[in-house]
Amino acid sequence: MQTYTAPLRDMRFVLHELHGATADNAEFPPELLDSILEEAAKFCTEVLLPLNASGDEEGCHFENGVVRTPAGFKDAYKAFSEAGWGALNADPQYGGQGLPESVAKLVEEMICACNLSFGLYPGLSHGAYLALKSHGAEALKDFYLPKLVSGEWAGTMCLTEPHCGTDLGMLRTKAVPQEDGSYKLTGSKIFISAGEHDFTDNIVHLVLARLPDAPPGIKGISLFLVPKFLPDAEGKPGARNGVSCAAIEHKMGIKASATCQMNFDDATGWLVGTPHKGMQAMFVMMNSERLSVGTQGLGLGEAAYQGAVAYARERVQGRSLAGAKAQDKPADPIIVHPDVRRMLLTMRAYNEGCRAMGVWVAQALDAAERGDEAAADFVALMTPIVKALFTDLGFESTNLGVQCYGGHGYIRDHGMEQFVRDARIAMIYEGTNGIQALDLIGRKLPANFGRSLRRFFHPVAEFIEAHQADARIGKLVQGFARAFGALQLATSFVAEKGMTDPEEAGAAATDYLRLFGLVAMGFMWVRMALIAAEKAPQGGPDAEFYTAKLNTARFYVERILPQAGALLFTIKAGKAPLMDMAEAAF
Amino acid sequence: MKLLVAVKRVVDYNVKVRVKSDKTGVETAGVKMSMNPFDEIAVEEAVRLKEKGVASEIVAVSIGVSQAQETIRTALAMGADRGVLVETDVAVEPLAVAKVLKALAEKEGAQIVVLGKQAIDDDMNATGQMLAALLGWPQGTFASKVEIADGTATVTREIDGGLETVALALPAVITADLRLNEPRYASLPNIMKARKKSIDMLKPEDLGVDVTPRLTTLSVSEPPVRKAGIKVPDVATLIEKLRNEAKVI
Repeated sequence: MQTYTAPLRDMRFVLHELHGATADNAEFPPELLDSILEEAAKFCTEVLLPLNASGDEEGCHFENGVVRTPAGFKDAYKAFSEAGWGALNADPQYGGQGLPESVAKLVEEMICACNLSFGLYPGLSHGAYLALKSHGAEALKDFYLPKLVSGEWAGTMCLTEPHCGTDLGMLRTKAVPQEDGSYKLTGSKIFISAGEHDFTDNIVHLVLARLPDAPPGIKGISLFLVPKFLPDAEGKPGARNGVSCAAIEHKMGIKASATCQMNFDDATGWLVGTPHKGMQAMFVMMNSERLSVGTQGLGLGEAAYQGAVAYARERVQGRSLAGAKAQDKPADPIIVHPDVRRMLLTMRAYNEGCRAMGVWVAQALDAAERGDEAAADFVALMTPIVKALFTDLGFESTNLGVQCYGGHGYIRDHGMEQFVRDARIAMIYEGTNGIQALDLIGRKLPANFGRSLRRFFHPVAEFIEAHQADARIGKLVQGFARAFGALQLATSFVAEKGMTDPEEAGAAATDYLRLFGLVAMGFMWVRMALIAAEKAPQGGPDAEFYTAKLNTARFYVERILPQAGALLFTIKAGKAPLMDMAEAAF
Repeated sequence: MKLLVAVKRVVDYNVKVRVKSDKTGVETAGVKMSMNPFDEIAVEEAVRLKEKGVASEIVAVSIGVSQAQETIRTALAMGADRGVLVETDVAVEPLAVAKVLKALAEKEGAQIVVLGKQAIDDDMNATGQMLAALLGWPQGTFASKVEIADGTATVTREIDGGLETVALALPAVITADLRLNEPRYASLPNIMKARKKSIDMLKPEDLGVDVTPRLTTLSVSEPPVRKAGIKVPDVATLIEKLRNEAKVI
């Protein structure tokens, strides 16, 4: 059975102590944010968690174009919307609460830890909300946004088509202008999460399509809003629109999330934003969505960690290598073993590191929204890193979770293997992790002549300078500085080689993203260590928390971060080992 | 009609309670604290009475440390209108709490005081009963159903072996049992609104109540660890052991 306790203490640490979330937002005092996190934790663990394994077992049902979600999901969605969780970070103008993105990401982490499949439904609505809000005409916004925010209606994002996923420039769905200003859309979309379900009376699809006069490729794509039911004069769902679900996919994980094949057949829609500028509208929501997908990796990683710790404490097997520890038992709990601890600490260091990084970037997202240009640069730089790193590490953690259980993790009873299956998709959707790496190296690094990069490098260098001789954490900072040095060398190598040969950049991309991600996470860890080193000796009830934080920081810097050196070597090997192999030889 | 609902800040029901090393009590430092679950049921019932139009205002009261404001906020987020914290660092006992609540009930002119039947920290199950006695009001304890009409509270009580229904002339004291209702989840807008609701801060002295403890705790210890059982070779040995060792037959 899956169990989960929201890591509220660590969330408060990250929010208030590490990042001072309320420093620039006095509207939301820490006590308020804490009570929100606490109530969210209660809702997630009491309502969403009990449906996670059953939803996975049952999956979604498809009959005659209608999707039925697993038992309990519809009621849970109703309770979720009534409690207002879908409106957390939405604009108050449309019925939202306008809470900081950092809090939203922490709540998302809890939702994903308890039930990723469920979380996708409101997640998609929020994506549709963002795209519509930033580019839609006022009339469309005033009508649809309040319904998406309240959860009365749900939303989707319809991008992928059977022949085009990553390369959306190839998409074929057509939109023909009508005399009344609307459009008729025809085409097929696949892999549409929440494309059809029984949660709401209406579903609002945001669809990428091509106008008749569209230029070819990625510059000829427009965004449209296509409701499942056309609103009648009173704004209630009226006549059925020409959009239908042809089938749902049978897949490895997130089985309670309906992944739909959608057909548009002269479906009535409205243009969102400017003709042929649909991709720009999409990218607005993508920054936030990619952070959310990263958060999915974190949520599952945390769930796996907690499951693994519980088992490692209770499973007795063999004796400690240093001599029996639990004399009253026939064997010692497996948590005594160095290798089990290696797995547990790896998961823990990743989770806490991701949490710290996620809130860091989410705060910058809020600042960017308020017009802070430096923050916008930082978000742009970190988005592909958060998406790819968090989902890679989340998957690794779920895998380690199974490993801690041995055979009992591989069978279904403990729910550990579900985490692995659910986590796997996050490395793929919303831009595969390979694409994220290309985005980082091809787009984000050279942007504004490396200005974004400097926004990251400078504060890191300053921190190292200020704390490398610190009596308490100096050794950690020096270890971190070595990894930072590797990142600097790799960056100049990539900049130099990649400039003349794009394949060199492509060959380095994934390893470079990992290196960058580990260093960014390392920055979080040394900063956390600094706070913990100050507070641990003060004693009191939190001393245990800070001491554990310091231990985990040390584990990260001494046993994970040295990977930076190996990654630098790998990057410097260049493209030859990849490209010299004849294609026919594969 | 004004309702007073009492809420206590206790160690969260999910926490595995540990005895302090000096055996003076249980460890509460750094431990997650929440509203006593029976009090949550009491708050829920009060909010339902307001939703039915029976109650006009709900005042959530807590007696304890300053952090108990958070417990009151939880009640406010569930639907209570305002709060009162009677602040004291003393570990208050039921009689002191009952005296404070009496003073507040009179001050506020409350018609009904709703409480949890007991708190999960000390399991005293005494405050409601003492309060009714001090006020001279009728009491409906262990309520599993409450109906209010024409100045009468009809309370179904959970008693040994069944249910008992009593009719109480208002004003009255009602204590909530587990099956009275299922407390709601506070909605996000209500959590936000709760921050703007007022909490009056009082001291026991302001109400003329002396909360000095009357009980002395001698020692607190963990329950004895259950010993592992043994296997007996045959029925005869079993009977022999039951008769001579366990002395139960």
